[in-house]
Amino acid sequence: MSHSAPLIHTPDGTIAAITKALGSNLVSIEEANGEVAVHIHRDTLVECMIKLRDECAYQQLMEMAGVDWPDRDPRFEVVYCLLSLTKNHRIRVHLATNEDHPVPSVTGIWPVAGWLEREVFDMYGVLFSGNSDLRRILTDYGFSGHPQRKDFPLSGYVELRYSEEEKRVKYEPVQLAQDFRNFDFLSPWEGADYDLPGDEKTGEVPAAPTGADKSASKEAVKRTARKPKATGDKA
Amino acid sequence: MSMQQDLAPTTGDEVIQNYTINFGPQHPAAHGVLRLVMELDGEIVERLDPHIGLLHRGTEKLIEYKTYLQALPYFDRLDYASPMAMEHSYVLAVEKLLDLEVPIRAQYLRVLFAELTRIKNHTLNIAHHIIDVGAMTPPLWLYEIREDCMAFYERASGARMHAAWFRPGGVHQDVPLKLLTDIAEWLDDRMPRLFEDAMSLVVDNRIFKQRNVDIAIVSKEDAIKWGFSGPMIRGAGIPWDIRKSQPYDVYAKMDFDIPVGTRGDCYDRFMVRVEEVRQSVRIMKQCLQQMPEGPVCSDDRKVSPPKRAEMKQSMEALIHHFKLYTEGFKVPAGSVYVATESPKGEFGVYLVSDGTNKPYRCKIRPTAFSHLQAMDFMSRGHMLADTTAILGALDIVFGECDR
Repeated sequence: MSHSAPLIHTPDGTIAAITKALGSNLVSIEEANGEVAVHIHRDTLVECMIKLRDECAYQQLMEMAGVDWPDRDPRFEVVYCLLSLTKNHRIRVHLATNEDHPVPSVTGIWPVAGWLEREVFDMYGVLFSGNSDLRRILTDYGFSGHPQRKDFPLSGYVELRYSEEEKRVKYEPVQLAQDFRNFDFLSPWEGADYDLPGDEKTGEVPAAPTGADKSASKEAVKRTARKPKATGDKA
Repeated sequence: MSMQQDLAPTTGDEVIQNYTINFGPQHPAAHGVLRLVMELDGEIVERLDPHIGLLHRGTEKLIEYKTYLQALPYFDRLDYASPMAMEHSYVLAVEKLLDLEVPIRAQYLRVLFAELTRIKNHTLNIAHHIIDVGAMTPPLWLYEIREDCMAFYERASGARMHAAWFRPGGVHQDVPLKLLTDIAEWLDDRMPRLFEDAMSLVVDNRIFKQRNVDIAIVSKEDAIKWGFSGPMIRGAGIPWDIRKSQPYDVYAKMDFDIPVGTRGDCYDRFMVRVEEVRQSVRIMKQCLQQMPEGPVCSDDRKVSPPKRAEMKQSMEALIHHFKLYTEGFKVPAGSVYVATESPKGEFGVYLVSDGTNKPYRCKIRPTAFSHLQAMDFMSRGHMLADTTAILGALDIVFGECDR
């Protein structure tokens, strides 16, 4: 332990106690970065949470977070951060869901979950069955879409302005004067996908060199077509 | 329908109905852009529905498109009343994923400025709470303290509010010795004088007590169920403070007390904050006494940039600097939830890394979310005028609540 983040000491036997309390409802449990993460199935959530609160003494629900993993099935992960005031310990409870299958609400156990679930619904479109007040919370009145999903653009779809002529606030499609420049540092051969002024020629595919075999020439074309663009992005 | 007509009072009697009013979104006592839809029976609050999100800027989404270092200044802009406390959770989360060691002087500097931030935040909240229930002079005196704090912020970081001074691996720059001696002098003389003067006008004031004592009593059970933290849970009588129970940086070496309330009303929450200011002064004095000389940022060149002077001489330093300020550093895949004791309560960051140079997901746990949500049950049965006292004692800042 060399970092100076809040010191959370996992008492001996915590994992065994949680495994025993949850029994067959537990999917997996692991300790990484000094934090215990419990994975369960969404249908057994309420049952598990009551056990964790009453038998394992995790009295407080501090936080709920949604995470979008577009490549996974089911796509969304919902994370509950629990705190034990008596044992001075934190755990996280993870479950997976998609937009069709609602997650049981834990508002009956912790009323604070009301807004936390509303936020996950607002940001990801994950439904919570049993939450009587599942309205949007952070986004605008009449907003559509779920902004924290990875396929939702950073700029959004609409922008609003006050129209002096119509004397009201108007919503219009987003128009950006400059493209958002998203540099991808992970693959240096593929830059961002936009055209720089005066850089139109990069799109043209030069004539394939003769004499080389087919696959190698294809590779060469790709590189010559891409390379000037990549340098242009970094300038 | 006919039933109701039969029960209706005869002509000439006054008919009192429940009515719904809007409190805000633009109201001086709403502490920002908060819209409270209140259902009133006469002057008694029957139901209260806070509408938030009017200051939603999509901070969490923006952070996903920035490198770890570029994401840092967004935290200043969350709770703009206590910027460095917001940075603290984030840098600790990044350091936890990196398992990065922070030099001891940097840890002292962070604690020193985190406590300065607590004073800065509490003087603002105390002042606004007082002004919400009708007094004018104490807020003016308390703003002097806040102004001093801003001046110290500026001398350390160059900015009065949005400091961006805590960095993964330490702090951005060392502070001059004169700043530390000036802070020590301020803590000895000017700060307690101003603070105790202002408090002498309020704490035993009859009107102030009438407006706060026994208003919105929260039991221990309710405080736990509603996810309270910080002065709110301590006001309810639970001695819970992350600085003590899960110490970070050098809080383990500090000697301070945790004030708790006895009744769990608005007055207790107010007094907890007043006492916390005095305890912060104690912690800051200990920091100044114990702080050693030494580096203020990690020497891991893959995370923290080299010194400017070094860059003029060393090619390697120049490359590191260039790489850190363009690509940034990569953080090992994994996820952590790091929560610190911000002046308002537990401020947490749930950080998910996929091993690249940008956070995959950065969920921010605002303190205001659970507290503001509880306002409905806290206000029920109280008078309309009490809602401003309740809201003042919650200590809400919308930059953080709406993100």
